[in-house]
Amino acid sequence: MLVTVNGKPMELPEGITIEALLVRLEVPRQFTAVALNREITPKAGYAAAVLHDGDKVEIVRPMGGG
Amino acid sequence: MYDTSLWLGGKEYTSRLIVGTGKYPSNENMREAIEASGAQIVTVAIRRVNLPGQGESLLDYIDTKRYTLLPNTAGCYTADEAVRTCYLAREAGLGTLVKLEVIGDARTLFPDTIGLLEATRTLASEGFSVLPYTNDDPVLAKRLEDAGAAAVMPLGAPIGSGLGIRNPYNIKLILEAVTVPVIVDAGVGTASDAAIAMELGCDGVLMNTAIAGAKDPVAMATAMKLAVEGGRLAFKAGRIGKKLYATASSPIEGVPEWTS
Repeated sequence: MLVTVNGKPMELPEGITIEALLVRLEVPRQFTAVALNREITPKAGYAAAVLHDGDKVEIVRPMGGG
Repeated sequence: MYDTSLWLGGKEYTSRLIVGTGKYPSNENMREAIEASGAQIVTVAIRRVNLPGQGESLLDYIDTKRYTLLPNTAGCYTADEAVRTCYLAREAGLGTLVKLEVIGDARTLFPDTIGLLEATRTLASEGFSVLPYTNDDPVLAKRLEDAGAAAVMPLGAPIGSGLGIRNPYNIKLILEAVTVPVIVDAGVGTASDAAIAMELGCDGVLMNTAIAGAKDPVAMATAMKLAVEGGRLAFKAGRIGKKLYATASSPIEGVPEWTS
């Protein structure tokens, strides 16, 4: 299925959770936040959040800025 | 030294200089410059992770136990976007002290004051300590304070412009209008600009480009540290007034006579 992750289309297996996605993409957990279809997914909900075709995921962290 | 501390978001700070983390020649240079600046608070942007996720990160170069990370809402053009960004920052573990930017114009990066006021009200009511990046309008500054802002951050000049404190008179009026800390944010170009802000009576200065864009960011960071301290001390020392005519510094009596 096709999921948009950080603005880019990504082919992902059916039933994948946000938790599994973060592991797959080797995203560090500290200071990271995730939004699914413009709603924030709390950390405690990563393992239960199943992704579906057409979903939009944003994975953000602090970057340089003024 | 001879000063009270700066209190923001329930925490006490001895440095009145806040620095940004963007646009440095390298992360290592940034780390050294922040160290040289003596800053205790550094701003960060909330942005998409580069995927795959392993690889160098800004946070590898900032000791998060030592520095307070202040997330900004740079790039947000509506109150809704800014509020959502603050939610993301809070969820990411960055706390509830936020630098709120709601931008009204891409060329000048001046704030959308209406969106800014709206977002300030929303966030403050939800327990955020809001530091709004605002313009130099004292009326708006008071409105922001009334809306619950924890400080007001008037721009000295457009972000990254290096034009310094363009309207010191309005900054002075803002200092009279509000009781929360006033931190000049944006437009500082060199050390004297920072000193001027502090001499006016401001509680702090926030800058990024002035340091990161200097030929020698580490040296400029040191200069800014000294300028903020010097300007603050000068303010507290109580300067002399300004006069049109001279008043001699040396006594008039006792001048030796050289003619016979």
